[in-house]
Amino acid sequence: MRKYIGKRIAISVMILFCTTLIIYALLRCLPASYVENMAMQLASKPGAKPYEEWLLQLNASYGLDKGIVPGFFTWLAGAVQGNFGDSWKYTVPVLEKFNEVIWLSFAMGAIAFVLELIIAIPLGVIAATKQYSKTDYAISAGALVGISLPTFFFATILKLIFSVKLGWFDLYGLVGRNYAQLDAMGQFLDKANHLVLPIITIVIVSVGSLMRYTRTNMLEVLNADYIRTARAKGLSEKKVIYQHAFRNTLIPLVTIVGGSLPSLFSGALITETLFSIPGIGYTSYQAMIIGDIPFSMFYMTFLAILTLSGNLLSDILYGVVDPRVRIA
Amino acid sequence: MAKKKAEGYLSAKESRQISKRNRKITDELEKKRKRKNVPESEYVTKMHDPKNAVEFDNLHTYFFTDTGTVKSVDGVSFEVPIGKTVGIVGESGCGKSVTSLSLMQLLQRPQGQIVEGEIRLNLGDKVYDIAKTPQEKMQNIRGNMVSMIFQEPMTSLNPVFRIGRQIEEVIELHDGEGKSKEDIKARTIELLEMVGIANSEGVYKMYPHELSGGMRQRVMIAIALACNPRIIIADEPTTALDVTIQAQILDLLRNLKDKINSSIMLITHDLGVIAEMADYIVVMYAGRVVEKGTAEEIFEHPSHPYTIGLMASKPVVGKKVDKLYSIPGKVPNPVDMPNYCYFKDRCEMCVGPCAGDYPPEISLSETHKVSCYRYCEEKGEK
Repeated sequence: MRKYIGKRIAISVMILFCTTLIIYALLRCLPASYVENMAMQLASKPGAKPYEEWLLQLNASYGLDKGIVPGFFTWLAGAVQGNFGDSWKYTVPVLEKFNEVIWLSFAMGAIAFVLELIIAIPLGVIAATKQYSKTDYAISAGALVGISLPTFFFATILKLIFSVKLGWFDLYGLVGRNYAQLDAMGQFLDKANHLVLPIITIVIVSVGSLMRYTRTNMLEVLNADYIRTARAKGLSEKKVIYQHAFRNTLIPLVTIVGGSLPSLFSGALITETLFSIPGIGYTSYQAMIIGDIPFSMFYMTFLAILTLSGNLLSDILYGVVDPRVRIA
Repeated sequence: MAKKKAEGYLSAKESRQISKRNRKITDELEKKRKRKNVPESEYVTKMHDPKNAVEFDNLHTYFFTDTGTVKSVDGVSFEVPIGKTVGIVGESGCGKSVTSLSLMQLLQRPQGQIVEGEIRLNLGDKVYDIAKTPQEKMQNIRGNMVSMIFQEPMTSLNPVFRIGRQIEEVIELHDGEGKSKEDIKARTIELLEMVGIANSEGVYKMYPHELSGGMRQRVMIAIALACNPRIIIADEPTTALDVTIQAQILDLLRNLKDKINSSIMLITHDLGVIAEMADYIVVMYAGRVVEKGTAEEIFEHPSHPYTIGLMASKPVVGKKVDKLYSIPGKVPNPVDMPNYCYFKDRCEMCVGPCAGDYPPEISLSETHKVSCYRYCEEKGEK
């Protein structure tokens, strides 16, 4: 097992190297150039140097005068030492800005994720055991609505109902107007209150696919021979479904759950932007549109690492739930 | 177009009508089945002959599919005497497995339903009509009074539980009262040894994927025998195994049957297996019993043209033939079959009345029965 994990990590590092190279190349080719904008601004000041001179000077100082490959290795040399440079937009070290915003996103994502699991898996199981019943149709239709309708639609509907009509929550932002006057507990509750709608949005949008997935897998398992064996043993229907079938349904679920861990960080981009929550999604979106290469590079690399470790994690978990793929 | 439809194409309208009608029928049956606290008087009956373990009496099991009603089992009657082995032969799709699944109430519901007939199961002190027994009672019978060995050992064991756990489960469920964990484990190990697994302690801790097909089938047999059932249904127990293992498994079944004095319903299409194992033989064709009798009668004097064809199509050692006999034609489509001898289109010995209704059951001897017009006339003359 240890040898297997070691091998997997070595492969992951290789993949990470290639991914970051591609991302770096793409970012350098982006039409939105931070340096060009800055040169334009500086050149338009009265009595300043012409645009071309500014551009050359800025390119040199931001390290963009080198080609893509040497530029990448310069970045990589810093990155492996944990130095991701300073963010151009936020003018603080990338890691500092990241550390400032990530925990909010993580808390949001984690709560949404747990809610998703709690809602999706039982509903999926129920839908499968009562296939073609009214319950099944209701659950499936609900899941389909969640999958098909876009985030901004739901966010807007929720805002309309709960903020505009009922006035329970603020429209956007992380803190209320009188945040500064509150004590520590009040501040916490105020933040929590502002996170309710974004979390509901995330859950509604992503719960559907997980539910469908559970239902499909459960159906497949329920038709398996060993379920018939379990029934032939005289086990009660409850035991057949929740012991014999459910353990087998877990196997593919673990893959999708492990694989969706990184999406908790990246998927929040639209929701965070819609609700103006200063999480990692919103911050990286702002950095991306302005052409902030160090921050975008770091965010992308972070996602790549998450994806790879998510896959590795699900492969290891696979072994935990399925004895057939356990490696001695 | 109309011609095409007749060959099995359904229009959307017809399909909708069929589904609607099916739903109505199955909903009603399911409703009846799902009632709570069914009084015992509804499903307690009497055996016609107390020496029998099971009596199938005019059993009709239909599948209400979206393409029409499939009469998988259509009026099947035969009995399984206590301590005997009854072999059920017939080609794929003739209703052998559905008959046995009816006895276990393991049909794929709501599509599959017993619509008529009785299955009388002798429980010793009581007799239940399985066709009407409610779910909760069934759970006490399955695995305890009646157990089943399936044809696919490779997929019939749950891949995520250890072998020991899967056997213990049955014992705990039906036989576990007043037994400690150690007792149950000891019984499990004993069962594993009984079915001829040498490394029983090791196998106890293994997962199904670590065992070969033959070993898994032994484990299945151990599960089936765990509670000393009165009837063991062996649904093609050796189909997925190679020939050397087949013989061992059959030997094992026979010895174990004698040890716990239960009856076996052996379902197979392998005449060799039947010849070796069975005391009585039931030959099924397209959902009906075409011929039944003792093994000797069927093998020595096959009477129904289908049985004769079956016997002719098996290779015989020491006899050189260029080509094995095969019964011409194919099994008719089971959807909405009309009421005539289903074999007549393939039969080489048709007589006049064959064009008419389904032939009645004719007794050739005390035990030997056949459904064919060829014997009807003989009888009539006598």
